[in-house]
Formats: sequence, C-alpha cells, structure tokens
Amino acid sequence: MSVLSGKVAIVTGASSGIGKETVLVLASAGARVIAIARRLELAEETASRARAKGAEALAYKADVTDFPRLAQVFEDVFNKFGRIDILINNAGVARDNLIIRMTEDEWDQVLDTNLKGMFFAIKIVARYMLKQKTGKIVNVSSVSGITGNRGQCNYAASKAGIIGLTKSAAKELSSRGITVNAVAPGFITTEMTDSLNEYIKDAALKAIPLNRFGSPSDIAKGILFLVSPDADYITGHVLQIDGGLAM
Amino acid sequence: MPESVAEKVRGIVSKQMGVNNDQITEQTSFVNDLGADSLDTVELIMEFENAFDMNIPDEDAEKIQTIGDAINYIEERVNKCGGAES
Repeated sequence: MSVLSGKVAIVTGASSGIGKETVLVLASAGARVIAIARRLELAEETASRARAKGAEALAYKADVTDFPRLAQVFEDVFNKFGRIDILINNAGVARDNLIIRMTEDEWDQVLDTNLKGMFFAIKIVARYMLKQKTGKIVNVSSVSGITGNRGQCNYAASKAGIIGLTKSAAKELSSRGITVNAVAPGFITTEMTDSLNEYIKDAALKAIPLNRFGSPSDIAKGILFLVSPDADYITGHVLQIDGGLAM
Repeated sequence: MPESVAEKVRGIVSKQMGVNNDQITEQTSFVNDLGADSLDTVELIMEFENAFDMNIPDEDAEKIQTIGDAINYIEERVNKCGGAES
C-alpha cells in the first residue's frame, strides 16, 4: 500500500526543478497529482512523466499571481476529485541584484510570485481543507530566507516571509487537522541555480559541510515526509535541507 | 414549497456545528451557545454565501452573531435584490 494512496496533491511551479521532481515523487507514493505551471506544455510534460509512473495526473496553466485563475484551477480540481489533500507551494522566481542596483520591478516580481502567490494558494485551498478537516500544506522557502544572501534581498525577503506565512497558517488551521510546514532548501542544482556564475557556485560549495550541492530529489523526499502520515504531528516547522549550509 | 430562509439557515448551522435542529432557536448565538471558534464563524458565513448565492462583506459578517441575525440579514438582502436565489 503506497503511503499517499488516493490522496490528491497540487504542486505549483511544477514545470522544472524541485516542483517537477516533487510531482514525480508524490506520484510514485501513490498520490493523484496536479501540476501547475505558467507554461502549459511544461506542466503537461511533468504530468505525463507522472502518468508514466502509473499515477493519475493533470496539468494546468496558471500564474500564481493571478488569483481568479488560481481559484478556478483549484475549483476544477475539487470538482474532478471531490477533495484536495495536499498543496505544495513551490512556484518561485529569482531576480538577483545588489540592493543599490535593484529595480522596483525586480523587487515586486519576486515578492509577488514567491510570497503573494503563496498566500493566494493557501487562501484558496483553506476553504476546501477546512471542510474536509484534514490537509497538508508544504511551502518551499530557502536558506536564503534564514541567513540572508547578498544580491538576493528580494528573494531572501520573500523566503523569510514564507516562514512567517507558514507559521501563521499553521496556527490558524491547526484546529481543523491541517498541517502547514516549510522546507528550506540550500544550494540545489536546478535551472534557476545553473544560471549563477562559477565564482558564486565555488564559494557556495565551500560553505556546505556535506560538500555537495543538493538535488531536487533531496528536497522532494523531505516534502514527501512532511505530507505523509509519518508527519501528522508536525506543523509550523521549517525543515532545512541544505547539507548543513545554514547552522 | 421551497425551503424558507430560516429553515435553510437552521439546516446549515446544525450541520456545520454538529447540533440538532431542535437545539437551536433564533436567539442561539454561534459563539456563546454553540461554542463556535473564529474559523467556524468564517465557515458559516461561507456556507451562507454558497447557499444563498451572495457575497457577505466582512463588515456585515461581523454583525451576524445569532441565527436570527443571519436569517434577518439574508432575508433583507434577498428581498432587496428581488431574490438572489432563483
């Protein structure tokens, strides 16, 4: 019997990296998975990989900053499956720049997608989970949000904001059996981090006690734990998955 | 004969709060008598919104404390817009 058998799981930012890997890991654990991304063909590609693992999988095009569209997608999922058990808030972008050079637009884009979009998704899914009196939400934060990071004031602020959002939501929803946790990945090799220059990557590696970059799979496995019954008594927690980077 | 607003409201409250219909009157307070917490009251308002196809603004929702408040408020709104539920 698979650990997430029959559960309905929505993952945002499912086109690549951690989001894509999480869809596949949840699918392998028996969940019915819904991949949401801004580009439908990429969401569809993730969903088809999940289907290849024998899972039921759907793909939707949505930008998490578009509240009406996001609400419509969740409603459609609920109408199809009659429940929403798991939400993985993973959608995120980076627009790195030094504070002195950072534009208002770079700040807004990152805060809107990473933080406001997450608030939107939680606000929407809470309606369904409150009625069910059960649900598991995992938000993807970052060690940047814990330690800060030069050149990432917008990203770090959004990821720190996610921790406050996670803990507040955990407190508000706990009486209905809903858990809300966060993972804080360290340096993970994805398309987003591939674009960083070698100098930054070398410096980052030196700071990681386990002496390797993380993989999307390292994060997806932590997420799987937090949405599994093994984590029923865990809420408001920030699980650092960073090879020891931030301690 | 269609269900009256009062019957519908009582039905929603008894289901949401897990109490028998005969245990509640128009004077029954959600918080004081039925032990509703802040989420219960939000959920009740959401149920009313769905059942009567209306949007209840927060400032109105705050004033709805009893079953009677809910019935009066909804009846008034339904009559004002010529019956939100068709």
